[in-house]
Formats: sequence, C-alpha cells, structure tokens
Amino acid sequence: MSAGANPDVLVRVEGLVKHFPVKTGALFGGSGEVVHAVDGVDLEIRRGETLGLVGETGCGKSTLARCIIRLLEPTSGRVVFDGQDIAGASARELRTFRSRAQLVFQDPYGSLNPRRRVGSIIGDPFEIHGVAKGGDRVERVKALMRVVGLNPEHYNRFPAEFSGGQRQRIGIARAIALQPCLVVCDEPVSALDVSIRAQILNLLGDLQAEFGLTYLFISHDLSVVEHVSDRVAVMYLGKIVEVAPAADLYAHPRHPYTAALLSAVPVADPDVADRHQRTILTGDPPSPLDPPRACRFHPRCPKAQPVCAEREPALEPRLGDGPEHTAACHFPVADGELLPTAPALAGEPWPSRP
Amino acid sequence: MAEPTVAARAIEGRGPWRLVYERLRRDPAAVVSALTIVAIVLIALAAPLIASAVGHTPSTQYRDIGLSPAGIPVGPNGTFWFGTDSLGRDVFIRVVYGTRISLLAGVVSSVLAVLVGVVIGLAAGYFGGVVDTVLSRIMDVVLSLPFLVFAIALVSVAGPSLTISIGVIAFFSWASVGRIVRGQTLSLKETEYVEAARSLGAGDLRIMFVEILPNVLAPVIVYATLLIPGAIVFEATLSFLGLGVIPPTPTWGNMLSDSIAFYRVAWWFVVFPGAALLVTTLAFNLLGDSVRDAVNPHRGVGRESK
Repeated sequence: MSAGANPDVLVRVEGLVKHFPVKTGALFGGSGEVVHAVDGVDLEIRRGETLGLVGETGCGKSTLARCIIRLLEPTSGRVVFDGQDIAGASARELRTFRSRAQLVFQDPYGSLNPRRRVGSIIGDPFEIHGVAKGGDRVERVKALMRVVGLNPEHYNRFPAEFSGGQRQRIGIARAIALQPCLVVCDEPVSALDVSIRAQILNLLGDLQAEFGLTYLFISHDLSVVEHVSDRVAVMYLGKIVEVAPAADLYAHPRHPYTAALLSAVPVADPDVADRHQRTILTGDPPSPLDPPRACRFHPRCPKAQPVCAEREPALEPRLGDGPEHTAACHFPVADGELLPTAPALAGEPWPSRP
Repeated sequence: MAEPTVAARAIEGRGPWRLVYERLRRDPAAVVSALTIVAIVLIALAAPLIASAVGHTPSTQYRDIGLSPAGIPVGPNGTFWFGTDSLGRDVFIRVVYGTRISLLAGVVSSVLAVLVGVVIGLAAGYFGGVVDTVLSRIMDVVLSLPFLVFAIALVSVAGPSLTISIGVIAFFSWASVGRIVRGQTLSLKETEYVEAARSLGAGDLRIMFVEILPNVLAPVIVYATLLIPGAIVFEATLSFLGLGVIPPTPTWGNMLSDSIAFYRVAWWFVVFPGAALLVTTLAFNLLGDSVRDAVNPHRGVGRESK
C-alpha cells in the first residue's frame, strides 16, 4: 500500500492491535490471557465517503472504532488522522482531534445524561471547546436542533421526554455540533424501531451532503450497510477479511465468510427466497481469547485447505478484481459458486466463546 | 411578547427533581415532617424574640421565683411554662435556645460531611487504581475508629467547643457518604454518556462534576437528610458527656446531663429537652424516608410505566 500522503484519505489505520487482559480474580491477579479484540487491522477511510464496517457481534467492530477515535488506547499500530498520528498526539493535539472526530452511539438511552437538559447536552461541545458562550450558544444549539429535525422549543426538556428516534437525533446534533471531519456511527439505528430507522439514515445522509462529513458506519445489519455505504469492510474475529465498494461486495463476495453473511440476509420475495441458496455456517465464532492461527475463519470455512491453517492470506485483489476489491482468502469464492455447508477441514471444533 | 414566554414555559421540561418535589407534596408524612422542621428552624431563629417576649433569659438564675423556699425547682406554671432547673433557670427558654445549637451542629456537620464525602467518593470511584485503594482504606479506617474515645482525646487536647464538636461529627460522618458516592461513581463512569463526554474532549473534573455528580445526588440527598438527626444526637451525646458546648450555654445534651440528679423530683427537667430532641430527630428521619421513597418510587410498590 502506498504509504504517501494521499489527500483523499482522511484516516489510515496501520497494523492496529487492541488486546484486553482478562481479569479473573481480585486477589490472584490476571490469568495472563488476553482477548484479541482487534488483531492487526489495516484500513483507509476516505474523505467524504461512508465506509461500512460489518461483522458479527463481538468481532471487534466497536473496539476498532473506539481505537480510531482514541477512546481506547491501541496496544500497537498507528491511526493517522489527516496526516497526524493520533496514537502519539499530545494533550493539546488530542483536544483538537476531539473536536474533529465524533461518535454517534448505539444506545440513544444510555448515551444521554438523564439528569441534564437537552439544550445543555447539545451545547456541550461548544462549552468544552470554548466555541460559543451565553446567548450565542443557545442560538447555535437551537439552530442545530432545527438541522436534525428537533423542535428548538424543547431546549429545556430532559432526555426522558423524547422518543428513541428523537434521542438519536439529539446524539447526532451533539456529534455534528463542531462540524467534525469524521463521524463514527456505532450501530446508530440498531436500537431503533424499524419505522424510525429510515428517518435517521436519511438524516445522516442529508447531513453528510450538507457538511461534507465522512462516516465510519458500523452495523451488523447488512441491508442497512448496503443502503448507506460507499465501501464496505467485513470484519471477522479482529481482522478485516474483505473490503470492496458496496455494490461490488454484495454482487461478488470473495471471502467465504462474506458470502455466508450475505446469504443470511432475508429475501423479501418468497418466490426468490425459495430459490435462494443459503450458506449456513456451522459452529460459533471461536473464542477471541485463543483465535485460530493463520486464517481465522478456517475452522468454519467450507472451502478451507490445510494451507489455511498454516499461512495467513493477505488482503489483496482476488480472481481478477480491481484494486478496490480486496479479500484475505487463499481460495476465494467465484461468482455464482455455491458453498457447501459443512466445514472442509475435519478435526476438533475450535473452542468457542465461553 | 407575553405569549411566547407562556409557550416556552409550557414546554419547559419537568425535571427529575420537579417530580420528586411533586411526589413529596402528596406524601402526608413528608408534609408534616417538613412543616415541623420549618417550625423548629423558625423557633431557633426567633429564640431571642421568644426570650424577650417571655421576659426570661436562658442563663439567668431566678432563685427567688424559680426555686421553692427549700431550693427545689418549680414545675411548669404560668411563669415557667416548662418549669425551672436546679439553678432556677427557665427550662422553656433553655430548650428554645438549645434548638439553635442542635440545628447548627446537625446541619453544618452534615453539610461538611457531605461535601467531603462527595469529593472523596467521586475521586476514589472515578480515578480508581491507587487513588481508590488509598482513599478506600482511609474510609475504612475512619469507619472503624471508636468515635467516643477519639472525641474524648481530641477534647482533652483542644478543649470543648461547638467548633470541635462539629468537626468531630463531620469527621466521623463523611466516610459513609464517601462509600455511597464511590460505589455509584464506579458504575456511572462506565455509562455511554460519560464516554460521550470523553469523546467530546471533556476533562476529568468536568466528567466528575457535570456528568456523574447530578446522578449520585439523589442517594446523597437522601443520606444527608438521614445524617442530620444522627448528627443532632451525636452533638447531644457530646454535650451530655461534657465534651461539647461549654455551660452555661444551653444545649439539649447538657440539659439532659444536668437532669440526671433531679429527674426523680423534677420530671419536667428531663422530659422537655428529651421531647425536643425526639421530635426534631423524628421529623428529619421521617422526611429522609419520604425523600428516599420520592427519589426512588419503584422501591417496594409495583413499577410505574415509564
């Protein structure tokens, strides 16, 4: 990958690793085990795009996102934001960074302080960064509330007086207050009613067009990700297994895991659904305490060969795909290929998550 | 421009504290105990007025009219409503003046204890690690100190006074507040809104006092209301033992202490200061219980819908 300063790239993640030590007893210290939440991720987020990040629960999506905005300290690796290494940032640089990268949370109930009025919650970014004071701040908060579709007269209400969708609008208003470059959306709609989801997704789209935002959009809902993303990265057990433009990924999945994931998306038309061939994975994802060697997917993979357990496949274009479509698999899935359901490699099942 | 103001007021949210207030207003025990406390505060504030209206002072010894010819205290009558004590002083005026000391000691020491306990509990819970270990051990030590021994030792060095009493009471009360706050902070610091504040660039102090503190305030206020009667009794104990306010300044504690030798012949000598102490602590305790129920309405009864 060309390491130069590509002006199109807003965030470059290089070899990012985040391990969590496992605490067992209070008295006897740690067991020495670590959870390999993120284990060597390289990723680019380009200016103005929406990068979707999908994967099963527990695959490290949220940890990766929190390392990117440095809510968590990476164990190793670099996160270069707009040409600046965030991992080595000074306190002052970090403060500036905090105004340029924001997070929209999954849970619109947990992410708003129940004892504070909505106006002061949305005004927080202005107050913390000393941007606007007094009446000016009130006006700007009210303007923001209008932008995200809230009634500015509700300035003095408490979060408990709003619905889930409205609360998510409050969280979005807070995130875009300082006009950040990067907004990380951590499953922003998965806690909402289906009927509200489209509204919030459209709002995010409108805001992106208006303010030129870059989104890292995390979800386990593939249809949502397909709808909003320009490019999609698929994550499995702490690693990125495939990255491609959204349409490309959904039409030609190369990694068997991606293929299995996509075949699990329900099809609305029953006639099509009858003909729809599903690839059903057996077993649970292995424990991140002791992830499989080489290709992490090999114990469950229907196409695995002995080499998959020995040599880790690089994330690179496969089967004549363009440079935009990369997959980490020795035996990528060809277009139209049907996958068997059983794992190809016999042997003891890998210990799954406790 | 009157109409927009009205509209704005209508949209003003009913905050959590507003709801607490409205629940309290519907609770008869809360209303009665709150009114009692207001009356006690008024009595304390108006003590000099009451004294001048009655025409007695708290320390004057009315040996001619307050004692029988044999030197026995007189019982309640038209002149001395609560009778007199062994020196011929007016028990009523002394109980009234004692209210001032009791309230002062109770409220000031509780406020001090809450301030110290909140700051230390927040720091211990929020920073964790070494800070938490050190502060928690200090709290353990304070909670395990024998308070009377400590108070006697301190008074014998510094001499008895109201300031020392308040200091001793606060010193022995903050640690339990600190523990409550620490426990709450431990769970609150993991909430998403604290994470949100951190991602916005908020500093530690801001997270502790703007994000976490409002959420620990409810149990702290409940505890503080229950701390006051304890502190009042604590002060009375110190005065009773001669470790508190110096005579002749009247306190309920030293009046009860003086009555020990006389209660067989002069029941009024022990009943009135004792009743004052009882009514005051009962009122604060009942109010504290009601505040607790109002802050946490789901306790015991079926859950209200959200």
